[in-house]
Amino acid sequence: MSDSKDAFILTVEDLTVSFDGFKAVNGLNFYVEPNECRVIIGPNGAGKTTVLDLICGRTKATGGSVQFKGQELLKMREDQIVHAGVGRKFQNPSVYEDLTVFENLEISYPRGYSVFGALAFRRDQAVRDRIAEIAEIIFLQNHLQEKAAYLSHGQKQWLEIGMLLIQDPELLMLDEPVAGMSVAERVKTAELLNRIIADRSVIVIEHDMKFVEDIATRVTVLHQGKLLAEGSMAHVQADPKVIEVYLGH
Amino acid sequence: MFADYSWGELLSIFAMQGFAGLILFSVFVLMALGLAIIFGQMGVINMAHGEFMILGAYVTYLVSRLFETYMPALFGIYFFIAMALAFVVAGALGMVVEWTLIRRLYKRPLDTLLATWGLSLILQQLFRSVFGPREVGVTIPQWMMGSLPLTDTIEVPINGLFVMVLAMSISAAIYVLMFRSRWGLQVRAVVANRTMADAVGINTERTDRLTFGIGCGVAGVAGAAFTMIGSTGPTSGQLYIVDTFLVVVFGGAGSLIGTIASAFSISQAQSILEFFLSGSMAKVLTLLAVVGILMVRPQGLFALKLRK
Amino acid sequence: MTDFPSMATGRDGRFLNRTEMLGAAALALLVFVLLPLALDPFRLNLFGKYLTYAFVAVGLVLCWGAGGILSLGQGIFFGLGGYALAMFLKLEASTPEATAIQSTPGIPDFMDWNQITALPGWWQPFHSLTFTIIAVVAVPVIFAFIIGTAMFRRRVGGVYFSIITQAIAAILTILIIGQQGYTGGVNGITDLRTLNGWDIRTDEAKTVLYFVNGALLFGCLALAQFVRRSKLGRILIAMRDREDRVRFSGYDVASFKIFVFCLGAAFAAIGGAMFTLQVGFMSPSFVGIVPSIEMVIFCAVGGRNSILGAVWGTLLVNWAKTTFSEGFPELWQFGMGALFIAVVLVFPDGLAGLWKQHVEPLFARLKPRPSAPQPAE
Repeated sequence: MSDSKDAFILTVEDLTVSFDGFKAVNGLNFYVEPNECRVIIGPNGAGKTTVLDLICGRTKATGGSVQFKGQELLKMREDQIVHAGVGRKFQNPSVYEDLTVFENLEISYPRGYSVFGALAFRRDQAVRDRIAEIAEIIFLQNHLQEKAAYLSHGQKQWLEIGMLLIQDPELLMLDEPVAGMSVAERVKTAELLNRIIADRSVIVIEHDMKFVEDIATRVTVLHQGKLLAEGSMAHVQADPKVIEVYLGH
Repeated sequence: MFADYSWGELLSIFAMQGFAGLILFSVFVLMALGLAIIFGQMGVINMAHGEFMILGAYVTYLVSRLFETYMPALFGIYFFIAMALAFVVAGALGMVVEWTLIRRLYKRPLDTLLATWGLSLILQQLFRSVFGPREVGVTIPQWMMGSLPLTDTIEVPINGLFVMVLAMSISAAIYVLMFRSRWGLQVRAVVANRTMADAVGINTERTDRLTFGIGCGVAGVAGAAFTMIGSTGPTSGQLYIVDTFLVVVFGGAGSLIGTIASAFSISQAQSILEFFLSGSMAKVLTLLAVVGILMVRPQGLFALKLRK
Repeated sequence: MTDFPSMATGRDGRFLNRTEMLGAAALALLVFVLLPLALDPFRLNLFGKYLTYAFVAVGLVLCWGAGGILSLGQGIFFGLGGYALAMFLKLEASTPEATAIQSTPGIPDFMDWNQITALPGWWQPFHSLTFTIIAVVAVPVIFAFIIGTAMFRRRVGGVYFSIITQAIAAILTILIIGQQGYTGGVNGITDLRTLNGWDIRTDEAKTVLYFVNGALLFGCLALAQFVRRSKLGRILIAMRDREDRVRFSGYDVASFKIFVFCLGAAFAAIGGAMFTLQVGFMSPSFVGIVPSIEMVIFCAVGGRNSILGAVWGTLLVNWAKTTFSEGFPELWQFGMGALFIAVVLVFPDGLAGLWKQHVEPLFARLKPRPSAPQPAE
């Protein structure tokens, strides 16, 4: 068993969280391989976002284990999990509205994490080059000096993705990255995601089946906090249980 | 510190201090109930809470003077009329304050804190201008004076007992109001999900105003009750504010039972410590313990674990 | 807010932008030239006292304005700093010769009045000026560190933090008043005379202290500006708006809050020590709930986001307080109450915000528009 575990970048075993007796996630197991793009689907309230919250430390688990490259994440603080190489994008765009796009990316630049590191942080050439590079990937190269508050919804989503990219995480978790976007923005985002998932592991929560088919290596279906089905897109789409609770008739 | 006392002595000390603690407990409950509604349910910090209590106390003082002068025959019952009036006056002022001030600041809790502090300063000065800087006391009706002998050595002051009964009745009334009335249902719905409550046709603005008003009204009643055991000055309200907030936070904001439990433990601890130490040290130690526990368990004694 | 680069983020490479430079120069002119020329020693000392509160207000700009942490217990640190220095000065004033009439000569008078016959151990180190100067800053900072660590590590914030800090201020006041044999009680530590033999009660000494105070304040202002201009300053703003995101950008949010709270405490403590020196005593009436929340209003009136504004606000409110409360004490209470409400409802960005909104556009109209803000180099 331990040999096969090494093949996975993320091992989630028996993960459980209970809120006053209500088990939002209940004895969940799943494994993510390096460079895999795993999509989690399931009806509302299935516990999809809670699973991401548990992995990145936002919610404390009641039991079980989450191991990332052999490190137990459940015992770590959020910032330590980030340093270990896990990045998380929230469902609603979560950017620093009072700061400019440049400053948003600068804060995410992986250097000077400690208090005194932040005091001594200098905006040198390496920082500026990297920010310019990321800004181009996320289509915001002409908005660097704009306050994030003035960006459109889609641009904010891109900015948040950029803030993750600049940290170059080994595991990227995206919660409904195309929700609320216009059609044009959706196409651009799909292109963006396809580019950035190339050389890292990704966990995506998404409802858009067309989009899921495009990007998923494997699909995990959650229902009432438990694993309902897992496998390729074609496999789960054919599963009668999945059709019953989620995909519909 | 216990070594100097025999077991028998210790027991009666605990019994006596325990009773003093029960009166303190009633006072804490009365102070905290209004705040538990406003802070616990609405999340609003009302730093002028103490002044709403004092307003109730001054209303009681005025009513007592009126009865003394014009209706001495009915003096025995003036307190109940004063209490009702205190509720109405403090509640009405509360609703005006909600409408002019609080409702503009629901999204800025820290600013609410500053604005209500300003309100408390204004009310204090108003009290000082109207009633003078000195403390005033009311005449307690005859039937409330004296004490009930329980055993040979233990006597229970009737006014203390009365305040206790009052605290319990008001708690029960609020419980019924919160969990059995339509208003209570609406308040709880608004707390749980404001947008949804709005959507199903609850007038959330009116509910907020009414909630704030009732919280202030209860503070007014608490102030009325205080006149039975102490005198009232323009700045008396400020003395209570820290204790009151600690009681509510320690109990776990939003939990009525928690508020009562925390009022009980804080008052008992303080009054028992008071026997062995000076009053100020007893208070320091009790408050320090409360603050210390809150640092370890910031959600207070009773709090729901919610899915965020 | 406008489209102009916000002052808080210091986008261009300079330490101070044009407005800040002007503001700092104007303040320096006022503090170091105009006030000393215009005022008699008594009034100058009064303004010196106001300036000691400005230390607290500047600390609050960092904690509250930038970091969103509203401490209602800054009086704790102001008081601890002030008491630390007062203890040293009191010991110096309590030589056996000067206190010969006491039943126990050589100890502070209030101890003697309370039948204490020997100096308590924790007073002993305050015979040393070096220790005292370290303690003035270190004791409040350690205290702030303990409070901050306990609360921020457990993610206590917002109004809970405000209430707890207020409770601690209340507890400390009760403790100081209750233990009068060790602290001087409600009167505080009074009748301070000399600092290492230099009589601090003379007019000349008070004038010198005024300038020392002003210089220290400008030192703190520079330090505050450095912090705000650093990435740490931007992290604070980010934290205020989206604390969660900052965690998932890889920062340990609690340590940043603890740092800025300790820094605010250090500023307050320096202010407290300078207060003791200039006013000649320290008492619990500068520690408790009321002075602590008043210090917040000094900061809010000046502008919670502007370190220079905080100083102006402090000077203005205190000057008004002295002026009005002499003539119309009743009116002043109403005025103070109204100020709390107005600063929240009408001008939440304080004087600095009003200046930026109404005065700067006037300047801009008078002059040709300055070139567009520099992009980040």
